[in-house]
Amino acid sequence: MLSNRHIMTMDDLTSNEVTLILDTAESLAEVNQRRIKKVPTLRGRTIVNLFFEPSTRTRTSFEIAAKRLSADGINFTASASATAKGETLRDTARTLAAMSCDLVVVRHKYAGAPQMLAEVMDCSVINGGDGIHQHPTQALLDLYTMRQSLGRLEGLRVGIVGDVCHSRVAGSLVPALRMMGATPVIIGPPTLMPARPDVLGAEVCYDLDEVLPTLDVAYLLRVQFERATRMPFPSNREYAMLYGMNADRLAAMPSHAIVMHPGPMNRGVEISADVADSPRSVILGQVESGVAVRMAAMYLLLGGAESGAAA
Amino acid sequence: MDAQSMDRALTRIAHEILEANKGATGIALAGIMTRGVDLADRLAERIERIEGTAVPVGSLDISFYRDDVAIRLSPEVHTTDIPFEVEEHTIVLVDDVLYTGRTIRAAMDALMDYGRPGSIQLAVLVDRGHRELPIRADFVGKNVPTARRERVKVLLAEHDDRDAVVILEDDGEGE
Repeated sequence: MLSNRHIMTMDDLTSNEVTLILDTAESLAEVNQRRIKKVPTLRGRTIVNLFFEPSTRTRTSFEIAAKRLSADGINFTASASATAKGETLRDTARTLAAMSCDLVVVRHKYAGAPQMLAEVMDCSVINGGDGIHQHPTQALLDLYTMRQSLGRLEGLRVGIVGDVCHSRVAGSLVPALRMMGATPVIIGPPTLMPARPDVLGAEVCYDLDEVLPTLDVAYLLRVQFERATRMPFPSNREYAMLYGMNADRLAAMPSHAIVMHPGPMNRGVEISADVADSPRSVILGQVESGVAVRMAAMYLLLGGAESGAAA
Repeated sequence: MDAQSMDRALTRIAHEILEANKGATGIALAGIMTRGVDLADRLAERIERIEGTAVPVGSLDISFYRDDVAIRLSPEVHTTDIPFEVEEHTIVLVDDVLYTGRTIRAAMDALMDYGRPGSIQLAVLVDRGHRELPIRADFVGKNVPTARRERVKVLLAEHDDRDAVVILEDDGEGE
């Protein structure tokens, strides 16, 4: 059903395929509301979560998604794996391939690592976040959440605020929004913008207050202190004053506008506690959507693999 | 099967459901997406007309319960909607064509995930034979002997602008 057997970047998907994933996720979201939250769809399939970077929510989300589709999910974390003993990524991939897994979800600190694995392995690969490059299922769940909250994607103006230069979330979300007819606007201090912000294909703005009244979504990025080689602004307090979402800024947005964040949040830096917990924040909705969207991605990647007869 | 004979068959099935269950109390209909849902609506309408009692109708999407996901995916996935307590009802599954029985098995699996029905009965407009599982319908509109290479298509005004059952040469897409 998907033209590509891997999901590496948003470029692997067409707008029709994105719509198919979102529609399928809508049906699968119903499964997550039931008393018995499980369907037998991927019974007998093996899905490996191969995480070389710390992650709680993404890994758990993929793990729950696999379990709800009745697939056998295996978690493989770098600290407990042979890579800690010096095995190369390529050899790890070959070892996993020899175990006949059907889908591997890879997170790695280096951009391109999932692509390299996909070239070595026979199974499907989902990029679960590679360095500062892309995180396509995050973009898909964000699109899903926006569509659920605002009823459409086309024509939306989405402000992506903060640490754009270190953000794989922005790396996937900007092309995803453009593909679906929305307008991404990247906003942040020059020190947290890419060297050539124009190449992302988004509108660029350095003044959050100026652009807020025009936005349907304020998407706040986590400041990734761990990826920064130097402190990109004088203090957290100054950042919060200039780019942090607070109650006053929320009031400056149109009444229908929503606030999103990929998590984990630095409360008091990019978002104040009252905004994070306000009814206009859909941050927990994003987490909930993540399971359904990942179930849809797995279903569409692993289903229909062979040609054959009807039931 | 033309529109008139389809209408007669559905009316007869409605009577048979009422007779088998001694009335409409405790009955719920669950149509299998997509045409089974329209047929379930039509049966519910007839049951209400005959008995004066409205029976609840739900819709089942069985895409995620199929045993051939590895072979092919459903082109379109819908949402299941069961607006009644499964435990408290005798549920009549409704589908347009009964063929291998695999769809009905999947539908029963799906239904069981919502609860434990008192009992499950099966009503189909057409039984074309070629069962691969030990499943039979309780209420059948018409038995239509077919060859495996043929395809039975139920046309409903809700989707196709007319009511009819036609037999086509298989185009490779299957049921």
